[in-house]
Amino acid sequence: MEDLARVRPDKFFADRFNVTPSLMERLLGSNLVGRVDDADIYLEYRVNEELVLEENVVKKASRHVSQGAGVRALSETRTGYAHTDDISLANLEEAARQARAIADRATTSGTLAVPGRGAAHDLYTLSETPIVTALERKLTLLRKVDAAARAADPRVSQVIASVSSEEVVMLIATASGWTIGDVRPLTRLNVTVIAEENGKREIGSWGGGGRVPFDFFLEGERWQHFAAEAARQAILKLHAIDAPAGAMTVVLGPGWPGILLHEAIGHGLEGDFNRKGVSAFAGRLGQKVASELVTVVDDGTIPNRRGSLNVDDEGTPTGRTVLIENGILTGYMQDRLNSRLMGMTATGNGRRESYAHPPMPRMTNTFMLAGQDDPADILRSVGRGLYAVAFGGGQVDITSGKFVFSASEAYLIENGQVGAPVKGATLIGNGPDALTHVSRVGHDLQMDEGVGTCGKEGQSVPVGVGLPTIRIDGMTVGGTQV
Amino acid sequence: MSDPGLRTDLLVDVLKRAQARGASAADGFLIEEQHFSASVRLGQVDTVKHSRDQRLSLRVFAGRASAAASSSDLSRDSLERVVDEATALARVTAEDPHAGLPEPGELIQAVPDLQLEDTASAEPAPEAKIDLARQAEAAALASDPRMTNSEGAEYWDRRARYAYATSHGFARGYATSAFGLSVSPVASENGEMQRDYWYTAARHRGALEAPDAIGRIAAKRALRRLGARKVKTIEVPVIFDPDTAATLVRAIAGAASGPSLYRRASFLLDRLGKKIAAPSVTVVDDGLIPRALGSRPFDGEGLATRRTVVVGEGVLESYLLDSYSARKLGLASTHHASRDGSGVGVSTTNLVLQPGTATPEALIRSVKNGFYVTELIGFGINGVTGDFSKGAAGLWIDHGELAYPVAEVTVAGNLLEMLAAIEGIGNDLIMRDRTVAPTVLIGRMVVAGD
Repeated sequence: MEDLARVRPDKFFADRFNVTPSLMERLLGSNLVGRVDDADIYLEYRVNEELVLEENVVKKASRHVSQGAGVRALSETRTGYAHTDDISLANLEEAARQARAIADRATTSGTLAVPGRGAAHDLYTLSETPIVTALERKLTLLRKVDAAARAADPRVSQVIASVSSEEVVMLIATASGWTIGDVRPLTRLNVTVIAEENGKREIGSWGGGGRVPFDFFLEGERWQHFAAEAARQAILKLHAIDAPAGAMTVVLGPGWPGILLHEAIGHGLEGDFNRKGVSAFAGRLGQKVASELVTVVDDGTIPNRRGSLNVDDEGTPTGRTVLIENGILTGYMQDRLNSRLMGMTATGNGRRESYAHPPMPRMTNTFMLAGQDDPADILRSVGRGLYAVAFGGGQVDITSGKFVFSASEAYLIENGQVGAPVKGATLIGNGPDALTHVSRVGHDLQMDEGVGTCGKEGQSVPVGVGLPTIRIDGMTVGGTQV
Repeated sequence: MSDPGLRTDLLVDVLKRAQARGASAADGFLIEEQHFSASVRLGQVDTVKHSRDQRLSLRVFAGRASAAASSSDLSRDSLERVVDEATALARVTAEDPHAGLPEPGELIQAVPDLQLEDTASAEPAPEAKIDLARQAEAAALASDPRMTNSEGAEYWDRRARYAYATSHGFARGYATSAFGLSVSPVASENGEMQRDYWYTAARHRGALEAPDAIGRIAAKRALRRLGARKVKTIEVPVIFDPDTAATLVRAIAGAASGPSLYRRASFLLDRLGKKIAAPSVTVVDDGLIPRALGSRPFDGEGLATRRTVVVGEGVLESYLLDSYSARKLGLASTHHASRDGSGVGVSTTNLVLQPGTATPEALIRSVKNGFYVTELIGFGINGVTGDFSKGAAGLWIDHGELAYPVAEVTVAGNLLEMLAAIEGIGNDLIMRDRTVAPTVLIGRMVVAGD
């Protein structure tokens, strides 16, 4: 196939669909500019590939192509959005007409959107983009992963290994005359292991990736680490005891447990919920929402990370937004619509799942900065509690602030020592005060391995999280051991 | 059934090309849909979306090796590329003795008319559709002075046409429509905010519930959460309202589905024909209910939809299988294949926990001290072990009365133990979604709080 990583987005859409930036600007000009507060045309071409190996047989080999255009018109708080999967001038004009029809009914606010500015980053130019790497190499790796996971322990009964790769070419033209494109590679290797012993079965899984070449999985035998971790987790859980129930001290390990931040405060600090006043954090800028040990940032500019973007899906270069600084709420994550309506700056957090969806404020890579404490000291400081190092998904009720995240690997802490592994349990807390109970922050900040996907209003986007080891005094653990 | 005007010819051409490129067999699914949605917030139009989408999903076999590909670009060039890529992929995958199409003789002959498409009602103007959302939100906000804000209300409709064809020469299709209305109002009092949600959805426009009623119910649900508190950690009887009880039914279906079973990743493994729940529990998947949201005349492999008793009086009577997982397990397909871009999976149709005889009020009255759950959040179900731990909100039951709202707690147990401990099933079943349940009383679960 053609090497999409080498294409220039403007040339790609011009060659393939006869849609040029000047044509897009003309379309915006004749249909939308002057009648609305903001407008844009977004073109997207996406190729996905997924290979799944089960029982050492290729269970699934699939390849998908999707393409389309989304046209958006904004007036005051109104959004008109139309999309088509047939990128042609006639369809774009029809979409523009439909988008305008709704925005037109309002008088415009007179405040035009701030044009995009600043250069796009260059965070993921790769030697070879993962989608073009030969199938044989990917299948060979999956077979090695399968063998390594099985070799880890005789109790391993099933291994499911998958590698997925994606390449997205996007081009956006906005009413302010700003046209910018991006080419985004993404890949992920995942291992799931079922272990069995005396009729008991358990599951473990591990994975990682990012906007990286396929060789990322081979560096330092990373694939072997994924296979070993998945097997270790499944076997560990075979002997896990019932998780405790009730409020207790919780120590979170570094990396993926950063999902705490994503759920407890991240969603609540997205601009749309705050403009509408439906977030538990609405109107709380400048207030103390966390212990002074806590500083949290959302940073879309870290090279090769799963949550990073050169520009967001509205053409705004991504940035580093400090959400909480030494415990004080300092910023929201914004897209163009909400920043315009709130008189704030777009932070490069306008994201969408695909051309079929209008953008909204979303997280990129969200993490807590490292503190001073030795992680071993943090554990030693706890008399009785829970030490959670791996998690499944989480969810939040933005309005009440209540959030959950589910531990998939956790241990009891007794007298400062890490004790028996416990079964998976959901942890629940209240966003606006959960971080006020953070009493220790380790010096061991880690980003996750690159597996996160965030869902909001039916749209999924890849994200990252990160955390140092932290201690939270008093969090409810949803176990069964009363 | 009206002639759906399906582009089966396009599919048939694609399958012919796959065979010309060396595929021994192939099948394909074509979906074309039109979608409209409009949201309103605080009486003002918020977002209006129009779209038209199409996707062709193809599965090709090279002997017993297979691969899948899909495209939203139905131009000749693009489809030729899709076919070539799929046949190339199939050549690198290994032989799998269980792969293959269903036998031609098993495929559906006459497609029944399940009245899944509303062809009678006139298409209202967008403004009239937006008004439905506006009315629902207005009813919510007007119902109480504590209804102070809103995340908005949304009207949506969708028309879709499905066509399925195989390289054996089979080609059939059907058309559907769906309409929906939902509202998420916010109640507040003394600095506390609570949001809730209510909705209606139907295959026929005329079957949508009245917008005012949707708004009033949503408001009532948000208001009853005000003043929520945590409770002390305790083991008590737990009642799941119909919406949250449906979560338990979905968990049963997930564990009974073929792919979970042949991977040995299911708490229902080796339990076919065995007791897995209290005798009051009967779960039926019925894809043939006229006008129902989950109905479909045939599955993703062209096999006629049926009525399947999954759990009968507490006994696991059937798994949910497509033809691949059926062959792996040495069983026959239960006609539950679903189709997406990445190939064939398993999905339910209308999945229903059959109602009991008790009123929900009687179930609540039967509990001296317990928890009535109205919302579950999070992903805390381990499908391999059945371990269950989720965030919950609801109302505390004190001496048979709903006493006060509760939030920031979890409910936990193990699904097999929970299903065995079902002590009551309500008579309040309403077919408002694809997976539904009446109120369910479970004898004991751990509620974790302070």
